[in-house]
Amino acid sequence: MAHGTEQLRVRVWRGAAEGRWQDFDVPRRDNQTVLDVATHIQRRLDPTLSYRYACRVGMCGSCAMTVNGVARWTCRTHVSRVCGGDGRLELAPLANLPVVKDLVVDMAGFFDKWRDALGRFQGDAGRHEPVARVKPDSPARRAADAGVECIGCGVCYASCDVVSWRPEFLGPAALNRAWTLVNDERDRAGAARLAAVAGDAGCHACHTQGSCTLRCPKQIEPTAGIAGLKRMAARAALRGELDEVDGGRP
Amino acid sequence: MMPARDTRPQGGPGGAAQDGPGRSAQGGGHAGLRAADARSAAAAARRWYVQRLTAMAMALFVAVHLGVMIWAMRGGLSAAEILGRTRESVGWALFYGVFVLLAALHAGIGLRAVLAEWTPLPARGAGLAGDAFAALLLVLGWRAVWAVTWAGAA
Repeated sequence: MAHGTEQLRVRVWRGAAEGRWQDFDVPRRDNQTVLDVATHIQRRLDPTLSYRYACRVGMCGSCAMTVNGVARWTCRTHVSRVCGGDGRLELAPLANLPVVKDLVVDMAGFFDKWRDALGRFQGDAGRHEPVARVKPDSPARRAADAGVECIGCGVCYASCDVVSWRPEFLGPAALNRAWTLVNDERDRAGAARLAAVAGDAGCHACHTQGSCTLRCPKQIEPTAGIAGLKRMAARAALRGELDEVDGGRP
Repeated sequence: MMPARDTRPQGGPGGAAQDGPGRSAQGGGHAGLRAADARSAAAAARRWYVQRLTAMAMALFVAVHLGVMIWAMRGGLSAAEILGRTRESVGWALFYGVFVLLAALHAGIGLRAVLAEWTPLPARGAGLAGDAFAALLLVLGWRAVWAVTWAGAA
């Protein structure tokens, strides 16, 4: 075997906001993912351990945890990438979200912010109208494409310092979602969405620190999208479009 | 023992309580955007724009300011020499008058952002403090410009 130790010493957070660390010894294997480690603990060592996963192949976005202090998707994080020769691994729930139990956090606040950022597509074409033709190489389409593969894992949100000191901040994922929609030429929310994402709790709170971009397992750049939202909101504000937005949104 | 995630969210300003349901300030389930929100969004977007513009403009002003300083220093520096250049000079009065205006706008917006983020002040209070600071810079700055151009010239 290529690694130094036969056993992993795994420290796992147990409990909710109040809790304790518990140590487990897990056999080290080739091509072992961090999710494999959590599964081994739950199946073989302690069936009361709570954690989340579904697809195991990096599509569903449900298995994110804090691994050795860094938020990661665990199903596609190999132990060999995060674990040095000492064989120590630390599993904790994602930061910036309330812990339900052990490694499970309550994602409600995270997804509420997608709603608050008007993260839902709002079209006006019916089923009998022709399918919209969106040029694949247009700048707006490219911008939307760059952000559209988000799986909603919450890694960016847990890595964002602004979220941690300003809990009302919409966060990178919701703003990235808004950025893909303002670049969708079929969408009609327009200035209403820009008004929803601008301001002290929105894109203008971002410090451009780039932790979200650094940590995103899908290599999305929410930082760039947020900068784009600032520019777009400024243009809309100068044209007076943001002032016209009121309760009568589409 | 406390895990990292327990201590980290509380490390920020105000120590805002993070955990627990309904902590999202915008999580009230409202569907419509209130007109006040839209106004504040428009104001935030304008502040960002003004700060960007003033920063770009001040890059030029600072370059001229430093360049003249370095050039002027070569023959030694005296108050008389400086005043000789600025007294009754419309050009320098305009240059520094505009410079002061840019700095006041930029600093006022920046201070508002810092206060809103790092103090318990509500956004309105932070805005008023930023405006007051901008006004102070404007008065002090323009007074200084006046002092080296026309004050006592007669």
